[in-house]
Parts: sequence; C-alpha cells; structure tokens
Amino acid sequence: MKATCWMGKQNVEVREVPEPQILNQSDAIVRITSTAICGSDLHLYNGFVQPMMKGDVLGHEFMGEVVEVGRRVHKLKVGDRVVVPFTIACGNCWQCRHDNWSLCENSNPNGALAEKALGHAGSGAFGYSHLTGGFAGGQAEFVRVPFADVGPLKIENELSDEQVLFLSDILPTGYMGAEMCDIRPGDTVAVWGCGPVGLFAIMSAYLLGAERVIAIDRFEYRLAMARKCRAETVNYETVDSVSETLIEMTGGRGPDACIEAVGLEAHGHGLEYLYDRSKQAVGLETDRPIALREAITACRNGGTISVIGVYGGLVDKFPLGTIMNRSLTIRSGQCHVHRYMRPLLERIQNGEIDPTMVITHRMPLSDAAKGYEIFLNKTDNCEKVVLHA
Amino acid sequence: MLHVIKSVTVNRPRQEVYEFWRDLEHLPTFMIHLEAVTTSGDRRSHWVVKAPGGLVEWDAEMIDDRAGEIISWQSLEGSDVPNGGSVQFTDAPADRGTEVHVDLHYDPPVGSAGATVAKLFGEEPGQQLRDDLRRFKQVMETGEVVRSDGSLEGAGQGMSKQRVAQPPDVEVRR
Repeated sequence: MKATCWMGKQNVEVREVPEPQILNQSDAIVRITSTAICGSDLHLYNGFVQPMMKGDVLGHEFMGEVVEVGRRVHKLKVGDRVVVPFTIACGNCWQCRHDNWSLCENSNPNGALAEKALGHAGSGAFGYSHLTGGFAGGQAEFVRVPFADVGPLKIENELSDEQVLFLSDILPTGYMGAEMCDIRPGDTVAVWGCGPVGLFAIMSAYLLGAERVIAIDRFEYRLAMARKCRAETVNYETVDSVSETLIEMTGGRGPDACIEAVGLEAHGHGLEYLYDRSKQAVGLETDRPIALREAITACRNGGTISVIGVYGGLVDKFPLGTIMNRSLTIRSGQCHVHRYMRPLLERIQNGEIDPTMVITHRMPLSDAAKGYEIFLNKTDNCEKVVLHA
Repeated sequence: MLHVIKSVTVNRPRQEVYEFWRDLEHLPTFMIHLEAVTTSGDRRSHWVVKAPGGLVEWDAEMIDDRAGEIISWQSLEGSDVPNGGSVQFTDAPADRGTEVHVDLHYDPPVGSAGATVAKLFGEEPGQQLRDDLRRFKQVMETGEVVRSDGSLEGAGQGMSKQRVAQPPDVEVRR
C-alpha cells in the first residue's frame, strides 16, 4: 500500500509498504478515506520530536472504513465508518477509567523509552515517534487500530468526512484547551497561534461562555480566519510587546485565561527569540517557549495558562517567579480525545461548530510531500491540508 | 549475588492478580525470555529460558505461598542459575487495584552458561524486570501483551531492537 514515510529531516516520501495486519486480537484494520497533516507533524518533519527511524509511517488524524477485526472486537464490524482518536487507549487501566485517555498505562509498548525521557510514560499514539510506541500512522491507505472497541467513533449519519475528520485530534485539542480555562462570565481569553488548533480553541472559548477572545499570530491570513471566528486579533510583528498590548486591551487586568496553541517551535522577534533559536540549534534547550513566556507574563493575577502546544523536553528562562507570586495556574496535556468525541460530534450535528472552515488545501495522498512543504512554509495561505486516499 | 526490586500497580482485584501469577505456567506469556515453566503438582517447577547461546534450565521450589498475599521460591541444588525471590500482592489505596512487588536475586554463573545469562539479563536486569511487569499489567488489564510495529514482541524492545514503524512484511505469529 501507499504510505507517507519519514525519511529524515524535512524529507517525507509516499512509498510502497506492507499492508497492516492484526497484531492483537482487539485490533481493527481500517481503510483510510481521509487523513490530514497536523501542525504537530511539522515538529516531526523538522526533526524536533524523536526518536524517529527512517521509514516510519506518519499521520495521526484519519478516518475510514473497517475492513478487518480481531477475535476480541465486538462493537465494530467490517463496513463501519469510523473516526479514530490519535491517542491509543486500552479503556481498562486506572487512567482510562478516570477519563484521562492520553495517559493510558497500557498502550505504549515503548514505555521504558518514555520513562527515561519524561519520568513516566504517556499513552501510545499513531505515527508520532517511537517515544509514543512506534505505531505506524494513518497518512496511508490502511492502518492498524489497536483497542478497536475503545477508541474509534462510529459515524452513522450523512456527515461528510471533512465535517468529522478533525474529531480525531485538532477539534478536541482546541476544545480541551478552552475547557482547561474554566471560563466564567465576563472572561477574556487570549489564544496564541491561529493554526487550526488555535481556531478551534477560539470557537470553543465562545461556546464555553467567553466574553471576548483575542488571538495572536503573525500571518495576516490566519488572523483573518480568527476574526471570522469572532476573535479580536493582534499581529505580534506589529507591536512592541504582546503582553503590554493585551494588558491595555483589557483595562490593565490582562486576559483571564491564556491558551498556548503554538508549542516548541514558536517564533518571535528581538533578542529573546534569537537567544532561544541559538540555544535550540546547538541543543542547549530542546524547546523554544516564546509564546508560553508571553502567555504567562500577560495573564491576569490568579488566571490560568492552558498549554496545548506540543513540548518535548526542556525550556530556558521559565518565569516560575511570575507563576508563584501571581497565583497563576498552568494546565496542560495531550488531548484526552476519547472524552470529547461524542459531545463534539453532537455540536457538529447541531451546527454549533463547522470544522470544515479551517481547510484550505485538499490533495491526494500521493501528494503528501507537497502538502508538508506548503504547510511548513505557509505557502498559498495554507491553514490545513486534507489528504484523500 | 545480584538483587533486583521492582513493582507495578494492576487495576484488578488482589485475589485475581495472585491467582494468575500462582499458575506459574502463565509466566511465559509476559516474561518474554521464558520459553516454558512446567509445574508438577507439588511445589516444584521446571524453568526453561531461551538465550542467545542456547537454553538455560533449572528446577525451583515454592517455599512460601499464601493466597492473595505472597509467593516465594528458591531454585534447587544444581541449577544453571541459582536464584530465588518473592512476589508480594497488596491492596493499592482506594480504587487503584493491586500493588505487585517483586524481589529477585540470582547468582550469575561462571563458564558458558554465565555468558549466556549475562547476555540475557544485559546490563540492566532491573529494566528487564520492569518491562516484564509492564507486560504483566497489560495481560491482566487488557488480556494480551500490547504490540506495535516498532515493538512487535511487545514492551522491552528498546531503541536498539526497535523496528521501523511500518507494518511488518511477514505474517506475525499470534
């Protein structure tokens, strides 16, 4: 079958690889109908998330049709149409039973690697390095889905692939980012990053009762999309200080909550950006926390910073004193996708959310390499690439 | 004498966790270096381990066995690898299931069997036991050792033995 393979830094190729088979009796094999390139795939593409091996199949946002099930699969059958969560979860461990699916204790066979890097291991995930298990991903014609009775959400109505595909990751991730803000009446929420996750965080913040949402990015076309979602916008390249701008926009208080939807390859300007860029380049710091620092500085006293951008390791100049002295709360996590799929499917059905508004590019799977390139370079106002098998 | 201690929490009732372990013939399902354990009805058992240099075997005797609490054993005279240890089962707090505490000691032998055992346990016998317990938890909580493309045999493949994250090109025995 055809699959998108990581071949090295900024090098992906669609190659012929073997078709997947049932490896555990709770597996299903899914024929992919639609898949997408995620902003977090760019961290793999740029070589920041490791360990990767040449040939690893990428892709963790996908959906399709069940073509085979293992003996212990009872809820899914051949022919079912499913969206698959990017995190893999067993459904039986203590964390799964407590609705913390991205912390599943059983789905990462490479838990030992993750423990060395992070102290404890998180769940397995599709196509996202050997640290999350070494599972082949879904930017391919077929994929093996472990714990098929637990994760995949059956779609039994007329909704199109593009309406439901993002239930696999970015819509729940943006929603969880807003939910972690514990939004109260009158709250202003600031969102760093107007990529697809940032846009879904903006929409979700309003759904959860925010009074105002302010979005921060540097690309005018992305800021325009944020305005379509009713956000006020700040282009950080046109202001001296994002924090001061936000503080002035909120009567000197600062945003009640700040969502960081950028992650470890943040951009900025000035000396601080050059500092992080150089330290990261020589390996003295693994992650560039520029947006995160701004979010912490801008947030009002006693407010919440919700971190949904991906971080992999260590950051420098982390303003812990600000957090301590101003009673800030930091909340974070890989999305517990399983928790949000059903309620968000209902919101899509009710017309409360239109996930298709983030899509700017559609192309066949065979063009995946081109998709990565234009998404990375923001060519042609690229916001989200969907690949059709 | 090498001494290793590791523990894991399993989200199943204590009696059930104990009973699964108490049937020693179950052990090769999650201890991937074990070829077979055969029990003879009394407290004796015969252990066969596959290792790069061939098979290593020994007989052991259960020296303590309290239902739902503890199993301990000691290898008999003349074993390739003199060893002993215990597995203790205790209730984890509130709804957290059962804590399994393994305490294991063994004498790395000299000669060819010694080289075989050294290869088998590697430089980090603690990591091997940790991965055995990871697979034990998977079997108890999900019914199977969880496999990925990178770790076809399940946990414990490390980066050095990791496969590429692509579907395998041969049919995998299952």
